[in-house]
Amino acid sequence: MDLERAKACIARVGGTNCDLELKVALEDLGLRTEILHMKEIVKKGLAEYQLLVFPGGFSYGDYVRAGAIWGKEVHSKIKSELQTFIEENKLVLGICNGFQVMIEAGILPDGEIAEVPKAALANNASSKYECRWVYVRVERGGTPFTEGLTNGEILRIPVGHGEGRFLPESEEVLRELIKDGCVLFRYALPSGDAADGEYPYNPNGSVYDIAGICNKRGNIMGMMPHPERAFFGWQLPEGSDSLYGDGKKIFQGIIKYLEDY
Amino acid sequence: MVRVEVKLKKGHFDPEGDVTARSLKDLGFPVNNVRVSKVYTVDVSVGDEKEAMSLAREMCRKLLANPTKDDFIIEVLTGEGGAD
Repeated sequence: MDLERAKACIARVGGTNCDLELKVALEDLGLRTEILHMKEIVKKGLAEYQLLVFPGGFSYGDYVRAGAIWGKEVHSKIKSELQTFIEENKLVLGICNGFQVMIEAGILPDGEIAEVPKAALANNASSKYECRWVYVRVERGGTPFTEGLTNGEILRIPVGHGEGRFLPESEEVLRELIKDGCVLFRYALPSGDAADGEYPYNPNGSVYDIAGICNKRGNIMGMMPHPERAFFGWQLPEGSDSLYGDGKKIFQGIIKYLEDY
Repeated sequence: MVRVEVKLKKGHFDPEGDVTARSLKDLGFPVNNVRVSKVYTVDVSVGDEKEAMSLAREMCRKLLANPTKDDFIIEVLTGEGGAD
């Protein structure tokens, strides 16, 4: 579709953050973007949007578990709306707390909005809040969120979380994720090899160094690193002469998908 | 009234417990290990103990526990401060 007709919705509740950074990033690439509180989404619906983003932060104070309250709110208030959205092959992206929300809502790993989650984002193995730049390896390019990225490509993107250790419900769930190409991003060493659990390259102890996953169809993606915090060159820690950082590449994939939608 | 304790499954890494254990050891306590759990005391309108138990189990399934990492213990409180 004509990008001028496309529109993104960044969902918000008490405690979300980086919603504005996401809006600036998406609008920089020409996508009209609105930040909507959940209450407004409940009233207005999602029909006019092609991309829904659950941003980072500490939704509802991380009470019960990080992402749990918002995840269950998705069930009780917008489940059928979201199901339609997903079935129409529109895109859903969760970043950091947004990924936690999607896991707790059961949106990932299956894309089915399951009542009981099949994975968890547990406390970091380091016992610390990990706020650092990491190397993220692209495991599968060419999906809506990794369009234009190649397998094995390394991106530098920061993380900032206390609960990011991806734990699948069972070995079988992990095997399925790998087999179906649903592991999109893994934490890596500077050399480009997977971190193999080595701290701090794998900052949280995630199983299989998982940093981001998608559903089988590839239109739903959750990741712990924050691409919107690595969008512009000036956001990079060492400074950069280039106008953009690696985070832009993920948003460019989204834009390309929407142009072809 | 129902008391629901949610705790990490056995063998699951408990960083908060480990840090607490270390701090208690530093203070001179003969501590071997600490596991941290969360307790919810839920005032719920139900007919009897069986129903309270069943509702609490549903609460754990739908919100209070994530089965990938959490176990839970439910206790129906009766008498003072509990259900009549």
